[in-house]
Amino acid sequence: MAGSFSRDVIATIGLTVVVIWILPYVISTFTITVLIVYGLLGLSLGLVWGYGGILCFGQAVFFGIGAYTYAISAINIGESTLPMLLSIIVPSLFAALLGAMMFYGRLTDVYLGVITLVVTLIFYRFINSTAGPHYKIGNAQLGGFNGIPGFQTLNIPGQPSSYIWGDGYFYFCAVVLAIVYLGVSILLRSDFGRIIVGIRENETRMSLLGYDVRARKTILFAIGGGIAGLSGALFANWGEIVTPSVFSLGQSAEIILWCIVGGLGTRFGPILGAAGLSYLKFLLGQQSFVDNTLITGLILVFFVLFLPKGIVPTIVNVWDLKFGRLLSDRFQKPRRNRKLRLNG
Amino acid sequence: MAESILETFGLTMRFGGVIAAHNINFKLKARELRCLIGPNGAGKSTFFKCITGQQTPTEGEVYLRGMNTSRWMPHQIASLGVGIKTQTPSVMNGLSVSENIWLSARRFHDGPEAKRKTREIIERLALGAIAKDQLGKLSHGERQLIELGLVIVGDPWLVLLDEPAAGLSGEDIERMTTIINEINKTAAIIIIEHDMQFIRSIAKIVTVFHQGTVLLEDRVDKVMSDPTVRNIYLGKRN
Repeated sequence: MAGSFSRDVIATIGLTVVVIWILPYVISTFTITVLIVYGLLGLSLGLVWGYGGILCFGQAVFFGIGAYTYAISAINIGESTLPMLLSIIVPSLFAALLGAMMFYGRLTDVYLGVITLVVTLIFYRFINSTAGPHYKIGNAQLGGFNGIPGFQTLNIPGQPSSYIWGDGYFYFCAVVLAIVYLGVSILLRSDFGRIIVGIRENETRMSLLGYDVRARKTILFAIGGGIAGLSGALFANWGEIVTPSVFSLGQSAEIILWCIVGGLGTRFGPILGAAGLSYLKFLLGQQSFVDNTLITGLILVFFVLFLPKGIVPTIVNVWDLKFGRLLSDRFQKPRRNRKLRLNG
Repeated sequence: MAESILETFGLTMRFGGVIAAHNINFKLKARELRCLIGPNGAGKSTFFKCITGQQTPTEGEVYLRGMNTSRWMPHQIASLGVGIKTQTPSVMNGLSVSENIWLSARRFHDGPEAKRKTREIIERLALGAIAKDQLGKLSHGERQLIELGLVIVGDPWLVLLDEPAAGLSGEDIERMTTIINEINKTAAIIIIEHDMQFIRSIAKIVTVFHQGTVLLEDRVDKVMSDPTVRNIYLGKRN
């Protein structure tokens, strides 16, 4: 177990180094920042869906709540530290409430998908209709379709005028992603994580073994909501504006697509899927020859037909087939020789 | 007279207009081994589901060690020390044998003790050679055995086995019989089974279910020679 975790740490540091030092030579840090933010959002659903087996069609709700919580509290507080914490806590509590209602209500997967989707639509419609001057929380005007601009962006804790922006913000987001990635790794290696995977595999059996499946699923859902909320706050800081589009159906669908393309049941897959597809969308947005959505749809069809497990699991399988045998041969030969020597 | 660890009073389970179990009064003593027989649809599996909390009885009560558990959730009943092996192996197919058994061991034991218990069960059931194999890739018989391992790792005092010999070869049935007898030293067992040879080799008292009710409850030899039972379930010998 310890060995595996140290491997996780090394892999995380390695990837962070690649993101921080090598990627900026290829893509602007401003663009990489939003790819990291989306990667974090992908990881949140990757955890909930890929490891907990909870297909949430409304992960964008927690992303949106995180973004709006940050914007509203930053305007009212005038400093970013507490709003950043609130942007994790509020969506997490909302996810816990929604999750408890669904899991304690013994809803099956289909209804769970429908409810999360409907909640997204409710938020989208509601926030869009908050244009009037009476839709105000403290000093923050919700702004309806136009969203909330002009809030206090990320600053050094306790120093509201020392903003973290530009490359500094890019480094901050990369480190946040690395920390969350490691946190998710620790969670999945813990007893709780292993039990959650057991629940994904066979909920009825786990319940017959004496595990309270409902409570554990609610906790996992809340953790996923908190991570999505954090990514929402980072997104708000990146764009310096939050609009109802964070709650849109398109946003929710994209997160699912990221997980399918990157690979479910892996931590890195949804991050790669999110960053890769978002960058592709960014590139396609620079031309008007082919419709963006059409390409995204074609990619989904391609993956469902030809790479249903997604990129990362496919690469891992190929790697195991090619090199796993090679490695096992290497490790087995000396063992056979030793046995021969002992016999001789 | 030993005290009953399981009692049901007027247990009835309806699914819409269908009555799957009707007015079942049942008693089981500590460390007793009881077999349930009956044709398909007689209500045996429904009876198990009502005991384990997978189904909430429409009417009647279930008492486990004197506690009314009729409205309890499956995990609460399992936590009391009730284990069930379902009709088709209900296991974590995507995980390895040792991971499966660890998940069960962890529910009742702390970290190091759970690991020790996992190793012990793997050794006891002679699963060492396949301990790292994924369950989905194993045979039906092996998965039956592993599911039994999941059940016994928590040291239950009541074990419900739904067709443990189904799909097993002669040698595996012998192995299963030995394991069941061993479990019976510390736990009461109820077995649903259709294999009459297996029942003869293992049972003392047999309860016969028919059309959702208890038709007969007696010693195995008497049940086997009962004309009504032969007529509705075993078939007449010409």
